[in-house]
Amino acid sequence: MDLNMDLNAPHSMGTTIIGVTYNGGVVLGADSRTSTGMYVANRASDKITQLTDNVYVCRSGSAADSQLVSDYVRYFLHQHTIQLGQPATVKVAANLIRLLSYNNKNMLETGLIVGGWDKYEGGKIYGIPLGGTLIEQPFAIGGSGSSYLYGFFDQAWKEGMTKDEAEQLVVKAVSLSIARDGASGGVVRTVVINSEGVTRNFYPGDKLQLWHEELEPQNSLLDILNSPSPEPMNI
Amino acid sequence: MSKSVIEMPPKGGFSFDLCKRNEMLAKKGVSPPSFRKTGTTIVGLIFQDGVILGADTRATEGPIVCDKNCEKIHYMAPNIYCCGAGTAADTEAVTDMVSSQLQLHRYHTGRESRVVTALTLLKRHLFNYQGYVSAALVLGGVDVTGPHLHTIYPHGSTDTLPFATMGSGSLAAMAVFESKYKEGLTRDEGIKLVTEAICSGIFNDLGSGSNVDICVITKGAKEYLRNHLQPNPRTYTSSKGYSFPKKTEVLLTKITPLKEKVEIIEGGDAMEE
Repeated sequence: MDLNMDLNAPHSMGTTIIGVTYNGGVVLGADSRTSTGMYVANRASDKITQLTDNVYVCRSGSAADSQLVSDYVRYFLHQHTIQLGQPATVKVAANLIRLLSYNNKNMLETGLIVGGWDKYEGGKIYGIPLGGTLIEQPFAIGGSGSSYLYGFFDQAWKEGMTKDEAEQLVVKAVSLSIARDGASGGVVRTVVINSEGVTRNFYPGDKLQLWHEELEPQNSLLDILNSPSPEPMNI
Repeated sequence: MSKSVIEMPPKGGFSFDLCKRNEMLAKKGVSPPSFRKTGTTIVGLIFQDGVILGADTRATEGPIVCDKNCEKIHYMAPNIYCCGAGTAADTEAVTDMVSSQLQLHRYHTGRESRVVTALTLLKRHLFNYQGYVSAALVLGGVDVTGPHLHTIYPHGSTDTLPFATMGSGSLAAMAVFESKYKEGLTRDEGIKLVTEAICSGIFNDLGSGSNVDICVITKGAKEYLRNHLQPNPRTYTSSKGYSFPKKTEVLLTKITPLKEKVEIIEGGDAMEE
């Protein structure tokens, strides 16, 4: 493996990102692994970025492209809010992202999920995958880890969940995808947006439920070398 | 009839017109000149009073070490420093440019520069060049909002971290950080950890070597410890020293000052008509 080539690879986010609507708002979820080739460049990144007080976006694909697109849209939305005189709607935020993604489709490589709450439409999720199409969905999944979740969501998602049910669903889904996708990992971050405001939650990787054939996390067995008395390994 | 020429606005970015010619030349055996890269291990960490940045001092040109003691920790602002890995010309040019922009910004606003300002200026520039400006940076500083540490990749993406490593020796240095870093380190503990991480890069990575540079930034003060540690001294030096063979005779000594001394006479009369 040519390490030099790998460290110069564009910084991408393997990723699992999820957005789910529930009765009264939305829950956005993501893992936290950013990779450069085969090296994990950041094991605790935050892929859910704020666009306005009530609209957040989950980023996947090229880290640089998605960061710059969200920076531009945050700036446009700020201007729009000032001109409009009231908080921007989720639909406007999603459309601004779509315009940038579609009009620069040859140069950008980023898939985004926009989620938020506004007083006109309530909680809404919009998916904007690679080519720049805009699609409003009751739930959206994206990133390399999402391949493992299509069947799961077909079975597990239902209309009109409560806030806790929705958040538990998102955490379970990201956790399943981390177990199977090499490019996803780290911690699970969630953002709940409703009429009352925004709540950020954090689920460390070693506290997640264990799936098929996963082992309990252990401290390094090298601790035996440092222990005072030579005891046989206790497994 | 005069031909009207439409003024085209200058196109930004790099011009790739000569790429085909270069390919053709390469096939015929003419190799392009190699450029100077900093193989590099650069690190940064946040400790209880601020930020500590560290770097090795080897610069390479292909397989040759072209500079055994180069400076990789660049000045951005009195309270912000930036370590650079990648092509030496790119890191120096981009940090110089943003340092000047920050100074102009300080004049405009009358305030101390913030680390996020430097971060945004750097990432916008690097993104506009789509990764062709090969500069991977560790930016650290202390401003009114507190201590900050960021990494910036050549394509323009950034991360905000409590401890960070970049460069070819980043894996060796990160291994040291991951096992020994904890929050709330004191100044001495922090310097010791950064030195260990850079040494790990120096001894285990071929692209890094020579000495360890450290820069400690705290609120209102900074310390640039150039060559804080020199674990690679020259081993075989002649005890007699070096001198030219006796047959070299000095025939003529002529000293030409390069800067002219100019006398200014104040208070001359204005031109009279």
